[in-house]
Amino acid sequence: MRVAIAEDLFLLRDGLTRLLQAHGMEVTAAVENGEELLAALRADRPDVAVVDVRLPPGFTDEGLRAALTARQELPGLPVLVLSQYVEQLYARELLADGSGGVGYLLKDRVLDGSQFVDAVRRVAAGGTAMDPEVIGRLLTHNAAAGPVASLTPREREVLALMAEGRSNAAIAQQLVITERAVAKHTASIFVRLDLQPSDDDNRRVLAVLAYLNG
Amino acid sequence: MNPGPGSERHLVEPAPAFVPELAPGPGATFGARLVRTLLAPFRLAYLLTLTAAALAALAGGPVLVWRRLAGGVPDPLGDHLHLFLGLLCALIPCLVWGAAWASGGGGRAAGAVLTLPGVLAFAAATFYPGGAPGGSHGVVLLAPLLVLLGLLATRWAASEHRRCVERWFGRPILDPYRPLPDAGPGNRIVRSWAAVVDWLTDVALLRDLAWTLGCGATVAAGLVLLAFAPGLLNHLGPNGEFAKPWVPYGLALMLSPALVLWGAPLVLDLHARAARTVIGPSRERQLAARVQHLSETRAETIDHSAAELRRIERDLHDGAQARLVALGMALNAAEQLFDADPAAARALVTEAKGASAKALGELRALVCGIHPPVLADRGLVDAVQALALDLPLHVQVSGDLEDRPPRAVESAAYFAVSELLANTVKHARARNGWIEIGHTDGMLRIVVGDDGRGDADPARGSGLRGIERRLAAFDGVLAVSSPVGGPTIASLEIPCASPSPKTSSSSATA
Repeated sequence: MRVAIAEDLFLLRDGLTRLLQAHGMEVTAAVENGEELLAALRADRPDVAVVDVRLPPGFTDEGLRAALTARQELPGLPVLVLSQYVEQLYARELLADGSGGVGYLLKDRVLDGSQFVDAVRRVAAGGTAMDPEVIGRLLTHNAAAGPVASLTPREREVLALMAEGRSNAAIAQQLVITERAVAKHTASIFVRLDLQPSDDDNRRVLAVLAYLNG
Repeated sequence: MNPGPGSERHLVEPAPAFVPELAPGPGATFGARLVRTLLAPFRLAYLLTLTAAALAALAGGPVLVWRRLAGGVPDPLGDHLHLFLGLLCALIPCLVWGAAWASGGGGRAAGAVLTLPGVLAFAAATFYPGGAPGGSHGVVLLAPLLVLLGLLATRWAASEHRRCVERWFGRPILDPYRPLPDAGPGNRIVRSWAAVVDWLTDVALLRDLAWTLGCGATVAAGLVLLAFAPGLLNHLGPNGEFAKPWVPYGLALMLSPALVLWGAPLVLDLHARAARTVIGPSRERQLAARVQHLSETRAETIDHSAAELRRIERDLHDGAQARLVALGMALNAAEQLFDADPAAARALVTEAKGASAKALGELRALVCGIHPPVLADRGLVDAVQALALDLPLHVQVSGDLEDRPPRAVESAAYFAVSELLANTVKHARARNGWIEIGHTDGMLRIVVGDDGRGDADPARGSGLRGIERRLAAFDGVLAVSSPVGGPTIASLEIPCASPSPKTSSSSATA
């Protein structure tokens, strides 16, 4: 798998490169600002781009804007955005085109190497990887009233993990239940939220996120 | 503070914190316009009675003297003794009352009484035949007191004019008088008299007098014009007399309702402008008021930022700093255990990882409390949008800012909105909310509303008071309308005359 990295802090850029290389990925470019990232993506399209939100020269949201531009120019390019903090606003903007292949994680998640690499793989394969904190806030926003409030605690756990972009197998492993039980919960959630059931994991996640972003 | 038209205007008076009664607002409905038009004649009538009462009160003393001189009956206390005693009885409490009022006590109604003895004296001296009440001795006693009371009544009338202009047109006219000397020890009445004497030597007294006389002269001129104009027009006709005298007067009478409806708003507008110039505060007084406001808000700002620094220091000390110490200790212990007990060392490393994640989380929360990253990235509208997205109720955010306000203003507005929304979540039991953000006339205006149960009172809520205080440092104001049963609407305005150029554009991501 081929990855491009945009991160302005040398230590983190270097760490990310090592981490991904250690898991058998090829780092095609490791750059420090949005312009260079776009140039690198155009020159040699990788399987996924890992981008820091805050990049030089303005140190605001250049990374996010570069990622969105890249996705417009190269449709379907999977992008995983990393940030020191997460905002639902930015998550919405990333998800807005509804095509998947999007990740938005706190930088802290890099600490757990295997989980992080798993997220990179998921995004590269066209799935999503949303930070638990984003999902937590989404659920709070929806929890006061409406169908989400009527879910059982277990169903909410499953909903949260599903919204993060986990597959049924991963959810089952995390909650220490069988995959069949997870499937039962997800079916129930889809009925409660009045969503079209879908066998395709990615489409299912996007439907849930679109619902929560309502 | 940036120099500019906004701050210059602000030197004169603060922004209104309520909806003015008569000022033509943009987009007013037909009904609102109709009500305004119908109200205007009544407002005008009030001003007329004010002027008449003040003039009569002023004239009371001089008219008595004139009456005495013209009457020429040397009869001590003989002339209309009952009138004299009546006036005396009215005068004494009114003077005490007036002194209390002029020194800051008492309300509007108290002032109305001030005109009473003067009006009585004026009426008595004018309509009773013969000499003045109480004869020569009576006049010597009454006239100076009446003159003093007349001056107080003039001040009261001027205050009423100022109050009316503020109520009708929104922008207040500040008090033009010298600030009262600090209330030292001593009797209240003694201090009141000291205040009256102080006021008698104030230049603003002359302005009040000129205003009352000017208003009187204008009213008189208007009356004369009204009385003679139709007849005069009649005489200017081709044959000396155009029609019978009752024809033009009858016509004028029939047209008068329409004339009054059309003319009253114009007259009120002229009156407001004139009042601003004549009985408004002098430049010196404005500057003094400004200096006082600035020292107060500066002290509050300094207190506030000191408290913020203390909070940040405490948060760092108890949070991230302590976690980093724990992290170091865990790693140190792990280092020593690696050979002896690899399992325990691994557990310690896991623990250290957890501590580092927690430290990161705490630092993140702290940074958001100091200056939220979205605010830095995207500006106020998006930051408020992001804030709204995290709430457990549905909040509609609308608005657009062409240019970004100065960063300090932006930050103050953000935290004010954040506090207002926190209040909504805590107290309002609302299901929906809305926020409008706009920038007009050098003012950043934000309205935060919800459909909750209302009953929010800035006087009781320390949160709302805190917002007011922090906005005051930017000359901003907060107005809250929150009837029981809702909805609650809080609007805040912060002057920001020269916005800094936009540094980041969200057009690429919108």
